[in-house]
Parts: sequence; structure tokens; C-alpha cells
Amino acid sequence: MAAAAGEAAGGGGGSPSSARRRLRIISGHLRGSPRAPGRGALSPSPCKAQDGSAGPTSGSIPKKRQELLKWNGWGYNDSKFIFNKKGQAEFTGKRYRLGGMVLPTFKEWIEKTFGASLEHKTTSRASLNVNDVPPSIVNEEFLQDLRATKISYSQDAEDRVFRAHGHCLHEIFVLREGMFKRIPDIVVWPVCHEDVVKIVELACKHNLCIIPFGGGTSVSSALECPEEEKRTIVSLDTSQMNRILWIDEKNLTACVEAGIVGQDLEKQLAESGFCTGHEPDSMEFSSLGGWVATRASGMKKNIYGNIEDLVIHIKMVTPRGIVEKNCQVPRMSTGPDIHHFIMGSEGTLGVVTEVTIKIRPVPEYQKYGSVVFPNFERGVACLREVAKQRCAPASIRLVDNAQFQFGHALKPQVASIFTSFLDGLKKFYITKFKGFDPNILCVATLLFEGDREKVLQHEKQVYDIATKFGGLAAGEDNGQRGYMLTFVIAYLRDLGLDYYVIGESFETSVPWDRVLDLCRNVKERIVRECKEKGVQFAPLSTCRVTQTYDAGACVYFYFAFNYRGISDPIHVYEQIERAAREEILANGGSLSHHHGVGKLRKRWMKESISDVGLGMLRSVKEYVDPNNIFGNKNLL
Amino acid sequence: MPWKELTSKKRDEFEDILEERRLSSDLRYAMKCYTPVIYKGLSPCKPNAIKSAVLHSEQVQYVIKQLAKEMGESPDIIQEEATEILDEMGHRMQLGAVRFFAFTLSKIFKQLFQRVCVNEEGMQRLQHAIQEHPVVLLPSHRSYVDFLMLSYLLYTYDLALPVIAAGIDFLGMKIVGELLRRAGAFFMRRSFGGNRLYWAVFAEYVKTMLRSGYAPIEFFLEGTRSRTAKTLTPKFGLLSIVMEPFFKREVFDTYLVPISISYERILEESLYAYELLGVPKPKESTSGLLKARRILSDNFGTIHIYVGQPVSLRTLASGRISRCPYNLVPRHLPQKPSEDIQEFVSDVAYKMELLQIENMVLSPWVLVAAVLLQNLPAMEFELLIEKTLWLKGLTQTFGGFIEWPDNLCAKKAVLSGLTLHSNIAGLVDGHVVLNDKGVEDGAVGEIVFRHALAVLMCATYRNQLLNVFVRPALVAVALQMAPSFRKEEVYSCFNFLRDVFSNEFIFFPGISLKDFEEGCFLLTKCDAIQTSQQEIYPTDKGSGTVSFLSAMFRPFVEGYQLIFRYLSKEMKEAFTEKQFIPGVRNFVFQLLEKGSTQCYEALSSDMQKNALSALVQLGAVKKKKIPSGFTYNVNQEAVSKILDMFDARIPVQKPVAARL
Repeated sequence: MAAAAGEAAGGGGGSPSSARRRLRIISGHLRGSPRAPGRGALSPSPCKAQDGSAGPTSGSIPKKRQELLKWNGWGYNDSKFIFNKKGQAEFTGKRYRLGGMVLPTFKEWIEKTFGASLEHKTTSRASLNVNDVPPSIVNEEFLQDLRATKISYSQDAEDRVFRAHGHCLHEIFVLREGMFKRIPDIVVWPVCHEDVVKIVELACKHNLCIIPFGGGTSVSSALECPEEEKRTIVSLDTSQMNRILWIDEKNLTACVEAGIVGQDLEKQLAESGFCTGHEPDSMEFSSLGGWVATRASGMKKNIYGNIEDLVIHIKMVTPRGIVEKNCQVPRMSTGPDIHHFIMGSEGTLGVVTEVTIKIRPVPEYQKYGSVVFPNFERGVACLREVAKQRCAPASIRLVDNAQFQFGHALKPQVASIFTSFLDGLKKFYITKFKGFDPNILCVATLLFEGDREKVLQHEKQVYDIATKFGGLAAGEDNGQRGYMLTFVIAYLRDLGLDYYVIGESFETSVPWDRVLDLCRNVKERIVRECKEKGVQFAPLSTCRVTQTYDAGACVYFYFAFNYRGISDPIHVYEQIERAAREEILANGGSLSHHHGVGKLRKRWMKESISDVGLGMLRSVKEYVDPNNIFGNKNLL
Repeated sequence: MPWKELTSKKRDEFEDILEERRLSSDLRYAMKCYTPVIYKGLSPCKPNAIKSAVLHSEQVQYVIKQLAKEMGESPDIIQEEATEILDEMGHRMQLGAVRFFAFTLSKIFKQLFQRVCVNEEGMQRLQHAIQEHPVVLLPSHRSYVDFLMLSYLLYTYDLALPVIAAGIDFLGMKIVGELLRRAGAFFMRRSFGGNRLYWAVFAEYVKTMLRSGYAPIEFFLEGTRSRTAKTLTPKFGLLSIVMEPFFKREVFDTYLVPISISYERILEESLYAYELLGVPKPKESTSGLLKARRILSDNFGTIHIYVGQPVSLRTLASGRISRCPYNLVPRHLPQKPSEDIQEFVSDVAYKMELLQIENMVLSPWVLVAAVLLQNLPAMEFELLIEKTLWLKGLTQTFGGFIEWPDNLCAKKAVLSGLTLHSNIAGLVDGHVVLNDKGVEDGAVGEIVFRHALAVLMCATYRNQLLNVFVRPALVAVALQMAPSFRKEEVYSCFNFLRDVFSNEFIFFPGISLKDFEEGCFLLTKCDAIQTSQQEIYPTDKGSGTVSFLSAMFRPFVEGYQLIFRYLSKEMKEAFTEKQFIPGVRNFVFQLLEKGSTQCYEALSSDMQKNALSALVQLGAVKKKKIPSGFTYNVNQEAVSKILDMFDARIPVQKPVAARL
């Protein structure tokens, strides 16, 4: 199945602050990248020309990922946080709204929050040392067979290393300072379903191990190669399977190849006036197949649904053959839904090649908003009420005080005295006049979408509820900045790494009545564990309620600390993360809401789904893939 | 070996808090600016707000609805009932009342006690704990002074005053009951097992205060004042209530703080002795309290309060509690704790009591009483001093916490003990004798009663040593019981004794072998025994120690035998506890009158009850629930068999031989 991608919100990808702006950015990318002639046309042709590795790329992500993307960090090469000559923080590049802007209060925040200092810097090595890379061991007979198929492949060291990892902290750390023990021996780029069928057949014939790779944004160690794997490991990169095969306007569905990344999918659908509305935080880089493989969730799921609600039909190539349904219907009663064996299987059963997904007309109107609450408790109560009345906007998130301050630190330099005066006035009103404690208050960010009239009506309804819980409307700008935080945070981790600060995010889902207890206990556990493990400065331990459901919520944590004085920071980090997960489970939270299990969270699977449940999954694996061709060892 | 730390444990220094009181104005002290250290997450609220929160909580509302459905009544009526329960139960802490107590208690304590000594480091640890997480104070319970003293102490150190679980009987006292309520006491009925509404309201009341960190919660694990000064086996109800918010993760952690309060002389000592002998306890009444004021002219020596290290419940529970059961049911539904949880609660209760015991200060008089009881009717003063000093060494070897004033010579220490306890013993012609006045001119029965009173009062002090000594001493007793010195046989006797006395002394559940090893280790340490691969035998040098130890516990061995004999011979029919106690008392009384036993302690109703429940636990007596309580049925054969285990191996000692 296509590589784990999902909402790598840990790495948090890009959730630009508005979908519209996102489209603008995305089209910016596209204009800059070469497009194959005729690729815009939606042709049902089974396969495009197969001209080997030199073939033109059509999506945003080239075959040589490193040409566009950082090899040892998150996102685009040209986009990153730096401290400029004046010592002020700045975001480079022109891809994001924050690009080229100075963030005057950020330095102070980072110093105050982490006890970090600009004088204490670590540096990643400048480039990959090819001599460290484990050699590629591929049997010649397989290579001959592979060449016969005309499918593009590479045994280049860089290509292989850049497909050996996702974006977990320890993976990035290894890139900066070490080397993976085991990486793929060969990378193949199928361009269509039939190519995948051929590769899987060859793998079965030669007894190889296939690890599907989509966007590479996994944050569950799902892409790491099992060290003990003795067979040749084939990294099956789906990025060149990225066409929309057809759009069905009558049924509002589109059939899409699974390697397409989120930004390309939305961009190409937009050309016909449609969207999927699926916006995981990693949507710039993560792929459709990855979403399916990890049970991804999108920011606007309140309108469009999560991936399981969006998918109408899946085609997957397995060692047993091809699995798919015989029709494309909204629902069927034909035993357990086989889609649910596929969604969340994390590349252990096969490769998702084509997905029929629901589409919607691009919404007419979008509006951000924000509400300040006197404290987190009131905020959660308000979100609960909104969920109860089933009037949640496209997105509604509640960030705690620490995250609110974090967001504040990312406020760009104000252009005029007038705006800064207005800001001061607002602050005065909220803290002095309304008596909110700036160190306790928290903020909900909102995104409304739809008909203009309905949006305004909806907005009023939500603000009315908020008022009942002591909430004060705090403007569109705050809301927009809140969503911006989600995508820049992944870039921020790279900056932190330069200054001895390491961090990660993790998520869970939890029933409503336990939300507050879980948030408090997990944050406290992190602080405590840091202290016990000798972390010298109190960590950043913050959370937000990021999705609401009828019966509960999804909670998202950020956790980072200054590791100066600690000899083995990654080990300490992993111990703390593990403790935090234990705490989540003890508080009635789930193992994962949307990041998936991978290899990082495997140890808790039995506890999560019971012995029998695990056995059920195992028996499916045994039937579908008896020789463990899809041997990434995720999940089970 | 793990118990090594037990003996080498460093303990904190004490400070006398009355010293300051004797130097400055009590009124100013009572009116001082009181801004206590409180829980960091606390949002202040009034006592009434708590009551209303409890009444409207999902937990209580759920039970109200359930009961309404079952009984076909309107929920309003049941809600009314719940309100009444809350009004009866709830405290109304007020600073005014607290200041009143601060003033009067200062006066009273200065009258009654020479010194009130506190380990200040313990208070500092407590101060940190209170700020960090909800705190549960678990003091030992020897006297009504306990909770007054503890609140007084917290006030003195500017800490949040506790809310205290008190017995409902205090409410019988006019004014005083209400005063206590204003000082933070809340009242629980003695038994409410069957009353679901009461249980729900009570549990929620306690948990609401705990969750919000409103105040430290104080209650007595022992459930009631120990009349014998020997730690009572723990009660689990309240403990499991205060642990539940952590199990359900409604709080991050909860601190349990064991507190050991020991009295050089216990205020209620003679009341207790009467009570144990079956002279009924006077009901708590204000006039009774006023009558008791004559004791104000008496001297009750020094109080030692040792505030133990706060124990994190989270740490205790780590790895022991499966989280599943609490995740699959809404948290407001009443849920019977799983066996795991029950076992855990019991372990924690015992652990806390063992910590209380470990930090309980022992005065020189405790040693004197232990020696004296083995040497009745009279003991030469010099010999008593010598033996007391010897016992001091032994006690310290066993990890006992003796407060022996620096440089105080043994003679002075013994004399000052005798002065303080002149009601129990005195010096006559260079001999120390029990003070059982009226012996010469009474009837036989009267003489026995008087002597029993004196013995029981004296035993109250010796008893404070017993839980420190019980492991090595039971090894010593087992050595005498066992047919050979083979380790297995000694251990099996030890194990038998440990089971029989499991209600009498505090043993951590399920670690018999560890207890045995600890006992052996301590005996080896004081050169009383030697162990080889297969055998344990007393050394020549140590025979004195071994026989002293077994003599120390002989009253229990003999007392239990008497009580068992009574049960196996006299009780053919089902009986209740109300019938059993007077019956066995008469039986022992007659034997004492005839002079065929010298075991006065078998008259103690405490021992009698413990012996009965031991038989229930051993399966030799069947306990059945009936509407008005319990009935008991003796399995004659089983009891005889248990008796044989005693009898066949250790013949009942003649009084003369019992001398050291």
C-alpha cells in the first residue's frame, strides 16, 4: 500500500492559513515546475509513456526529491526560519505568507521558553556522506527482469537514503548526525497501476521486500527499514502515479492515482471547479495513497469527512492479486467493509494504486475567526456544546495558553503604528476590562466555509454559543495566524535543532468527559518526566483540541525541550514520549487518532485492540501476503 | 538485604512548638495573619458550594435516579434525603472557629503537655506536597487529641487546614459537635454499607474536596482510636474513596502522608482500660467533656508528631493497575473495584500503617513497662534500670525510634517515667510495683479487676513496642514451639503464628517468608540466633534475648489459647459477638479468680475480638450475616486442631517461670 503519509502533523507540513491562499501558493509551485505536455487533459489511457528514469515529472514533487526538498529537515529547500544579522527571527522564501517577514518577539520567546541561547548552536553536517551509506544489494536476475518492464529505477545512494525515513525526530537526527543501519537497496518509480502489478509479481518471484513510499511525511517510523531484513528492499515510490483519471460530475466523484500529493490534487480539481476538502496538515507533501494507508484526517473533516468518509473505491495490488469492489456506491451491506482492511494497513498488505474519492464544488466563501476564553476549561465546554449542537464550522480548534503565546511569538512586525495601537487596545480590553488573565486565557480558532449567507448565519450561531461560555470574539487575524502555526511548526523544529531544542508532536482521541483531565495529566507527565530525566529547563508542553466529534475530540500535543547537558537526547526524548503515550492510554485516550501506529507505537497494539483483534488482523495479513513481501513490519 | 535500611534510617530532628507558645501571647497567635499554603490548582470556594456541587454531581444524580426508579418514588424526595445527608455530614470551616480553637487549644495543651515535638523537615515536605497535589493525611489514632493537635499544628505552620472525617457520635455533643464542624470536621455514620444513597453522597463529598484540592483530607486508617495503643488493622473504605480520583485520572497524583503521633502518657488511658474490661464507654457528651476537665491539672508529658515522607500514589500504582476497567465505563457510574484494585488498596493501607509504626516515637517508659510486665508483682529498681537499658539497645537494633533525651542517665529516665505514670506503677521499698490500690481489702473479684486494670494500662505502653518486635519475636516463639531447629519447621511455626495473629499485629499481606527472613536477620544481628544452611538455633549468649522476646508475646499466645479453649468447649450453638464477649470474659475471670491462669490480658475485649476474627479467617469459625449483624458458628474440630498446634508444643507456662 502506498507509503505512510497521512497527516504528518507532527512534522505538521503545510496547513496554509487559507485554502484559497493555499491554492495560490500551490499554483505558484506548479507554474515553476515543468509540466508534461498534455498532462492537464484527463485521459483514461491506462499508462503513460514509459521512458525510464529520465521521464518528465508532472507533480509538484520530482523524482529527485532533494532538488526541491530539504534532505535533512522539513519542507522546501528555500523555506526556513533563520536569525538574521540583527538577531531577529525571519522566515525565508516566497512560498508562504510568512515568507520574508521579520518576527520581532520570537527570539525572546524561544529564549524564555527553552532557556536556549543563540550562542549555543549545533550544526547538521552539510551534505550526505555517500561513503557511509549501506551498499545496494540487488540480485542481477531481478534487475534484468526489472529492466525488461521499462520501469524507472535507481540504486543511487541519495535516492535510497531519502526514502529510508519519515519525519520522526530520531529519523531527522540520524540524517543530521549519523546513518541508518538499513535503507532500501533500490528505488522504483511505477507510473501506473500495471507497473505496480509487474513490480509486485517480480518481488514475489524473486522473494524481495517492498516498502511503498508516498509523500514520506510519516511520523510513526513506518518508513524505516527493518534492520534484520535480509532480502533486497525495494522502495516503491508512487510519486509518478499522480494523474486524475476521470471526474464524474454527476456523482461528484473522481478517480485518482494514489501517488498524487494533496496540493496537486486540489489544484487540478480546482481547474474543474472542485475540491476534495481533505486537508491534513501535511497536504503539500503527503499522498492520497498515504492517506488511505494511515486512515488520515483532514482539518476540515467537519464538512468533508475523514478519509474513510471520502473514499468510494480503492484498488490495491497485493501478492495475492488485486483487491477492489465491483461498483462505486455510497454504501453496501456485503459483510465487513474490505476498505477497512486497507485503510490503516500502513503498507503491510499491498500498494494502493487508484482511489475513487468524493469531490465537492469549491466553496464560494471562506472566513476565519477566533474566540478568546478566560480559561481552557471554558473553552473545552464551549467546543463540547458546539459538537453537541452539531454546528461545528469547517474547522474549530482550541489552543491552550502556552500555544496561544507560541502563536503570539510568531506575529510578524506590525506595519503601522495604527495597527499596533489597535492591538494594544484589544489587549487592554481583554485583560483589563474583561479581566482575562493573559497567562490563563486560551483561544479557539475557527474556519467557516460555504455559501456567503450561510457562513454568516453559521458564524453567528457559533459566536452566540461561545458567548455563553464567556468567550469573546477576537478577530479573523488571530484565527488565521492560528492555522498558520500548524504549518510553520514543522519548519520550526529544524530551527530548534540548530539550538539544542528538540521536539515533536503527537495526538490522540478521547471522550469528551475526559478531555480536560487528559490534557492536564499528559502535560504534567511530560514536565515531570523531563525533570526526572535531567532536562535542565522546563519543557514546552502544550496541547490543542483540534477536532470535535459527537462523542469526543482529537487532542494534539506539542512537546519540546532544550537538551543541553544531556548526553543522549534522543533516548531521553523517546523515553518521555513513551511515558506521555502511557499517560494518554491511562487517561482513556486512543493510541492514535490519525498518525497511525507504524513501528513507533506497535507495543501498545495488543492493549489497544485485544489479542483476538490482533489475531484477526494477522490472519488477513497471512492470507494476503503469506511470504511477507510487504515486510515493513508496521502495525502488527 | 532490604531491611537493613530500616535500622540505619536517618530520622529528622524534633522541635517543640509549645516553647514559642509559652513565650508569647496566645491571643495574638490566634489572631495572627493566616494565609496558608494551598494547592496550586485550587479555585477557592465556600463549604456550601462544595455541598451543592456534590448534590448536583453526575455521580449523586445517577444514584438518585436509580433509587427513584427502583423504589417508585419521585427523585425530588430522594434528592431531599441527599440534601439532609449532606447537611448532617458537611463541614463548615470558618476562620473564626479555627482562631477560637487556636486560642483555647494553646491554653489547654500548655496545661496538659510538657512539650509538643514536631519534625520540622516533615512539615516542610508537607508544605511542598500540599502545593503540588491533593494530600491525604493519615495519622495514627490513639486519642481524641490527635486531630485537634494536627489541625493546631497545621495552623501553626501556616498550612491549609485539613477537613477531617469524624464519627457521627460527635454530633451528639452539644456545641462541641458544631464547633468541630466549623473547624473542618465532617461526619460519617459508623456503618452505611447498605445505604447506597449515603455511600454515594459521602464518597462524592470526599472526592469533590480531594479533586479540587480544597483542603488536605484527614482520616484514620485504623478507623477508631486504638484502645491498646497497638496499631489496629486498617479499614479500607475511605482509603479506596480517596484513591479513586487518581485511578480515574481525575487528578494527576495524590500524596498519602503517614503521620505518627505518640503520647508519653495517653489522655484516655484509664478510660480505655475500663472499656476493654467491659465497663461501657461513656457516650460523647459535652457535660462529660466538662467533667473531664479535672484532668487539666494532670501532667501528660510529651507528644511526638512525626510527619512522614509524602508517598506518591502514582508511584505506588505504577505498573500495578490495569487501566482498562476505568476506560470502558463512564466515570460517574458507581463501579465495584476489581480484585486487583482491592488488593492494591489493602497493600497501600498496610504500607501506610507500617510507615506510621516505623516513625512512631517510643519513650523510655515504654521500655520500662515492657520489662515490668515480665516481672510482676515486684521488681528490684536497680534491676529494672539495667534491663531497661538493655532493652533500649535491643529496640534500636530492631529499628525502634526511641527518643531518649541526650545525656539523660537511665536512672533518671526510669524515675521520670515512674513519676509521670504514678497512677500505674510506683516505687515501694526499692521495688517497683503495679499500682493496684484497694487490693488488700476487696473481694477476690475486686482484686482481680483492680489488678487487671493496672496490667492493661501498663500493657498499653508495652504494646507500642510490639509491632517493632513482632517479626523477630515470633521467630523466637517459633523456635520454642518447633519440634526441632530445622528451618522449615521453625518457619512453619512462624507462619502459623503470623496467621493466627494477623489481626493483632500489622503484617504486610502475603510476604510471610520475607517477614521470617527479616525476623531471623534481626535476631542474628543481635547475636541471639545463628543460622546454618538447614538450621536456626539460639546461641548461648542469646538465650536471654530469645526468652525475653517470647515472654513479651506470651500474653498473646496464652490469651489466644484461653479464648480458643472457651470457644471449643463452651460454644456449641450459634452466637453473636454480644454474647461472646461477656461469655469469654466470665470464663477468663473465673480462671483468674481460681488462680489457674495469670493471663490478665485475656480479659481485654480487643484481644477477644481479634482472636475470634482470626478463627474466622482460618476457617475454624463460620461468620454469617443476619439482619441484625453477624452470628458465629464454631467448628469444634478445627479449633481443637489449632489449639493442638499451640498446646502440643508449648505447655502453658507457670507464672514463676515467666520471670526473666
